[in-house]
Amino acid sequence: MVQHESPTVFAPWEDPEQKPLIRFIDVTKRFGDFTAIENLNLDIYEREFFALLGPSGCGKTTLMRMLAGFEAPTEGTILLDGADIAPVPPNRRAVNMMFQSYALFPHLTVEQNIAFGLKRSKMTKGEIADRVLEMLRLVRLEPFARRKPHQISGGQRQRVALARSLAKAPRLLLLDEPLGALDKKLRQETQFELMDIQEKTGTTFVIVTHDQEEAMTVASRVAVMDHGRLVQVATPDGIYENPNSLYVADFIGEVNIFRGHARALGDNRYEFTWAEGKAPFTAVSERDDIPASGPCSLAIRPEKIAITAERPEGALNAVEGTVLDIAYLGSTSTYHVQLAEGPVIKAQTANNRRISRRSFNWDDRVWLSFTETAGILLPGHE
Amino acid sequence: MTRRFSWFNATSLTFGFAFLYLPMVILIIYSFNKSKLVTVWAGFSTKWYGELMRNEAFLDAAWVTLKVALVSSTLATVLGTMAAIALVRGGRFFGRTLFSGMIYAPLVMPDVIMGLSLLLLFIAIGLERGVFTIILAHTTFSMCYVSVVVSSRLASFDRSLEEAALDLGCTPFDAFRSVTLPIIAPAVISGWLLAFTLSLDDLVIASFTSGPSSTTLPIKVFSAVRLGVSPEINALSTILIVLVSTGVISASLISKRAIIRQRREERAAMAQ
Repeated sequence: MVQHESPTVFAPWEDPEQKPLIRFIDVTKRFGDFTAIENLNLDIYEREFFALLGPSGCGKTTLMRMLAGFEAPTEGTILLDGADIAPVPPNRRAVNMMFQSYALFPHLTVEQNIAFGLKRSKMTKGEIADRVLEMLRLVRLEPFARRKPHQISGGQRQRVALARSLAKAPRLLLLDEPLGALDKKLRQETQFELMDIQEKTGTTFVIVTHDQEEAMTVASRVAVMDHGRLVQVATPDGIYENPNSLYVADFIGEVNIFRGHARALGDNRYEFTWAEGKAPFTAVSERDDIPASGPCSLAIRPEKIAITAERPEGALNAVEGTVLDIAYLGSTSTYHVQLAEGPVIKAQTANNRRISRRSFNWDDRVWLSFTETAGILLPGHE
Repeated sequence: MTRRFSWFNATSLTFGFAFLYLPMVILIIYSFNKSKLVTVWAGFSTKWYGELMRNEAFLDAAWVTLKVALVSSTLATVLGTMAAIALVRGGRFFGRTLFSGMIYAPLVMPDVIMGLSLLLLFIAIGLERGVFTIILAHTTFSMCYVSVVVSSRLASFDRSLEEAALDLGCTPFDAFRSVTLPIIAPAVISGWLLAFTLSLDDLVIASFTSGPSSTTLPIKVFSAVRLGVSPEINALSTILIVLVSTGVISASLISKRAIIRQRREERAAMAQ
């Protein structure tokens, strides 16, 4: 299939004309002495699939609960469609939530669970029945309509919860760790199903997760959070390829970090000294906060490091080391290489040939090399 | 799992059960005694059951007891459930510890003190003693039992169910009525049953708070026994034992069946 450069790439955040669906303006949330959210500003646009990613306790769930109306911000305002939502109680918000525990009503059938919210709207009986059927079809649960939640499997429960929260056609759907309780295989299937449903219904989704793979798979944009602050908000590839800090680089995927000293060579090129008596690396960075001469870190993804027996001809950045460990993961293998200078570097190769003889073994001397654009240069050592 | 037979276990089991149930068995046997003397067996007869049915005083007392138990247990269930919700859901409001302590105090308070203090209160406010005062007294002491039962269920209740209801458009009251209440219903019902039985067999508090026109069955039995045990009372006690044990056995059978069915259905759902 030929890949076309689509003229209508979905990126409303780059269009200054677009009005965001949700705006957080200087929002702070404190619980007693504990600050869960600190002076946060964020815009989320219509039809986005927005992921809040971070370790537990980073404030992502609090952020979501403020959108749902279960918590009120201590300071600042949250706008939905341009209107302040602070005075609107949860039952009057055009926002629905899918709970981590699913929170299905155990005394009601699948059908009644889905109809629960509809019965509290102004719909007639016939309209409710039609909508319930439509939702059951969407999540492929028609045969289970009359079962109680304890009579269906975990994956089916997850789909009932999704159908119930989508039934009222909310402006915004919040998903709190929606796939956390599913096993890995089912989780991956369900991720694609979620994206499909999001596209079909055109609803704006905000998902909370601590699983970075999940966030990268489903989201149009990912917000990485730490200690109540947004560290970076960007598209999945932006987060992965251009992390704005060591925290993000380290949190998303695997990364090797060299700490050293950078000196500008001009033309966005830098000389990076990381060990005494070793040839410095060369790195390219378009960031404007790299010091002309000062402490810096270089972050490199394992798959961007080549591993060879001999020093590659003309390689700008190359180091020699000993294979310490080999992690065979099926599709890829990760080599842990001990450098003479101390650090252990991870390099990844794709196992794209079946039953190929392993080229390197434990204790082999190898060369690691990478191009000048492979690494991400970041100011400071933190 | 099979266990080896042990004489020690068999003996202790026999003695334990004998200790618990022998008095009742004797009582039931003598209720079918022909003789008027309770301790001398003179052949089988059901005449005392007939006598009992004709004894207006006993029937009146039974009716009063039933009325009191029904009304007070219902009131206690409503109040006790409300107290449980305030305690479990109310968060840390001012005076919460004091409030919860005061709710549970009647559990350990001697009945005599409860009865006496209620009697003094009714005299002080000039309330004439009768069925109404017994109902008030029974509601007071049994609502704390309801509160204990319901709050333990509420504590294990998944809060997100209520939040989901609010999220789907319920007002807080609607969420309670259509989600919380149906789910905690078993606890509320067992609280009601507990309050009902407590009211049914209470002697001490009822005797403090009853008036001349309102004698409950326990009071009646107690005063009759003081004049000597009659076979009629044996018959009455037998009826009560049969009623109570039927209730208890069927309730436990029903709940056991429900649990087994739920387990089976859950297993079936997992196997899919």
